[in-house]
Amino acid sequence: MALATETPTNLSPQKGTGIIGVHGVTKRFPGVIAVNNVSLSIHPGEVHVLLGENGAGKSTLVGMLAGLQEPDEGYLTLEGQKTRLASPSASLDAGISTVFQHSMLVPTLTVFENLTLGAPWYERPPRAAITQRMEELKRDFALSLPLDAITGELSLGQQQQIEIARALLRDSKVLILDEATSMLTPQGAEELGARMQKLVQGGLAVIFITHKLAEAYRFGTRISVLKQGALAGEMGPEDLRGMSEDQAVDEIVRLMFGREAGAASAELRASTARAETVLKVTDLSTRGDSNVMGLQNISLDLKAGEILGVAGIDGNGQKQLAEALAGQRALAGGRVEIDGEDISLASVAQRRRKGLRYLTDDRLSEGSVGAFPISENTVLKDIGQPPFWTNGIERPHRIAQHARDLIAKFSVRTPSETTPIGRLSGGNIQKVLLGRELSGDARVVVFNKPTYGLDLQNIDTSRQRIAEIASRGLGVVLISTDLDELMALSDRIAVMEGGRVRGILRNDGSGEVLRLRIGRMMAGEEEQKQATA
Amino acid sequence: MDGLLTEAFLSSLFTGAIVAAVPMLLAGLGEQMSEKAGVLNIGIEGMMLMGAYMGFLVAFKTDSLWLGFVGGILGGLMVAIAMAVLCVRLGLNQIVIGIGLTLGAEGLTALLHHFQFSRTYPRLPVPERLNIPGLTDLPVIGPSLFGRHLIVYLALLAVIILALLYRRTNLGMTLRAAGESPAALDVAGGNVLGIRVFAVLFTGAMAGLGGAYLANIGAGLFVPFMTGGAGFIGIVLAMLARGRPFWVLIGSLIFGAALSLTTALQVAGSNIPTDVIQMLPFAAVMLVLVLFGRRAKLPSALGAAYERGAR
Repeated sequence: MALATETPTNLSPQKGTGIIGVHGVTKRFPGVIAVNNVSLSIHPGEVHVLLGENGAGKSTLVGMLAGLQEPDEGYLTLEGQKTRLASPSASLDAGISTVFQHSMLVPTLTVFENLTLGAPWYERPPRAAITQRMEELKRDFALSLPLDAITGELSLGQQQQIEIARALLRDSKVLILDEATSMLTPQGAEELGARMQKLVQGGLAVIFITHKLAEAYRFGTRISVLKQGALAGEMGPEDLRGMSEDQAVDEIVRLMFGREAGAASAELRASTARAETVLKVTDLSTRGDSNVMGLQNISLDLKAGEILGVAGIDGNGQKQLAEALAGQRALAGGRVEIDGEDISLASVAQRRRKGLRYLTDDRLSEGSVGAFPISENTVLKDIGQPPFWTNGIERPHRIAQHARDLIAKFSVRTPSETTPIGRLSGGNIQKVLLGRELSGDARVVVFNKPTYGLDLQNIDTSRQRIAEIASRGLGVVLISTDLDELMALSDRIAVMEGGRVRGILRNDGSGEVLRLRIGRMMAGEEEQKQATA
Repeated sequence: MDGLLTEAFLSSLFTGAIVAAVPMLLAGLGEQMSEKAGVLNIGIEGMMLMGAYMGFLVAFKTDSLWLGFVGGILGGLMVAIAMAVLCVRLGLNQIVIGIGLTLGAEGLTALLHHFQFSRTYPRLPVPERLNIPGLTDLPVIGPSLFGRHLIVYLALLAVIILALLYRRTNLGMTLRAAGESPAALDVAGGNVLGIRVFAVLFTGAMAGLGGAYLANIGAGLFVPFMTGGAGFIGIVLAMLARGRPFWVLIGSLIFGAALSLTTALQVAGSNIPTDVIQMLPFAAVMLVLVLFGRRAKLPSALGAAYERGAR
């Protein structure tokens, strides 16, 4: 764009300070150093990947570039000039646009309104100008958006396109994409990768934050690896050109973990399914409304020791299915049986006692009470039950001991069991919840996106645990948006789309063929034509 | 019940409905803007009462109803400024502060009135009315619909202006964004706290004007605690109206009619006990809530203070 003509003249293109310079930046939060003495240089025309585990400091770094936080030490430069980004509007004025991990759109506004959000109140909405610019974006970057649609009704991929379009409409020089592919289908991620290439060719600088190694290699011009808040290493364009994907991934893994981890994608698990059926779902339906998708006639069965994967693009009824199984959502029809016993009308607690366990994806608000210590969160679903309560009296020592065991067994990183769970990182909260659901006498465990947002090591251990649970003879329903995960673990994969199960496929190890079939089902069989404005 | 449908009954019903509806309409429109921006403004009752007191005082001292309305607006604004500082700037709990401000305004206005007028309740002269030849002379509805003070028609105009503002302008969009997802507005470069302060002050001005109308036009005098829950009904109206000013108008007319039945039934000499009659508006509130309350849709961030980067 405009930037292509104004290359900095006083700096050599290879080693200059770039459009944004991060110089020895440190940011502390109570008890942690989130970012520790990090220096980076962002160049126009490059996709700069920031790679790291959860808690490596990526989001804090993004926050500082977006003006949400200011560094405690160190400073930022903009085209060589020292600068302060004290507020989001200062960051925007500096030409930095951020697409955050969690959507920063107002769901009740139209696409057009979200595109103009933040404009001075006294101006008239520039309808004609935006329409014209959107035509250009459609031509140059294949960004096509229905301007008058209500934002909340669009898919997550389209919502992300709105945020990218908004950045382009502002003539940004730097575009930050924080975990931008985590909500997208594999095809959507590929499209985003292609779009990023087009953007940097236009002279933009893109900062792409991810924890997926393959994406980092495929999309990135330059890769910086963060580890526990510090910069662990950087791979420039000249390094990356000389490497194959496998070599690059090995190198990144070495930088991230300081050890040679094996293959990044696990091999197909040997089936441990037995003959007996533990969970049977017949014609299950739930009511939906404008906010919540209803389920229609879902039938499943699950054998002991089997892992039934549930695939689908996020928001196609997976959450509702999990809640209907756990008893948190009323059925409009159909039945649910566990070990042949009808539990369609049973309460959450009754189902739990029958051995049905549900691990929510909403760890913070639904899965735990943030202000309570870890110890109390480990027994949240057993309140009043022995051995933690006897005759209605709480036994704090037993609870504390139980919590300490769980912390050790699941390697939860925390100062002590009395720390409020809300202070832990997402990965560590997940470990506590996993430990809680697996304690006691479980028959069926429903996992909703169990590894979402976790770092590689935790993903790996979580998957091993899931496999181990199945090998102990428990039935596992594994809801996930990560196809690799489903294909590595599941015996069979049910594909959900629009609140229905489109099909249940046996995971026969046919790899790409199966992946393509699942992908087509996830998209609703017929390829839906993209809505054009 | 045939005897009820006399001209006197209907005329006093219509007149009473409009007189009672206007303060609630103004309060409801004001509250609606606060709620859109994400501030649950429970202090509105206090703002209204302060507006009634100040409006009456200024009108009484200056002999000018219009200056009285300005006084009412200033009175409402004074309470609103406190609300804006405490709840928006400092992020304190909106419900606690709102109740505190209402109780404070009740006590303060009663005290000041007592100092100034002791136990007398001086009256203002009867306000001049609009007289549209032809229309005002119509039987039954003429005087009640077309013979009101000019401020009534300005309130109706406000309904239209606000509806356009919410739909067609950047200001309206910014207000909605501040109530729905303040973080999104913030990172888009908008000013969340600024727009919320504006909304709270607007609520104060509208509630103050409503209070001044209540004192100067409705009653012609100031009595301590005279708002009697009209501000709270404004909150209910704003919640039921799903963000649409037009529905605030409809709602205020329904509640106004329920209130005016009280007087109209007495005019008609009905033998229903007064206690039952005076319950009517509140029974109407509950009835409407039962019928439509489930459909009320409120902004997601309503009642939550915004702090950048909080997680």
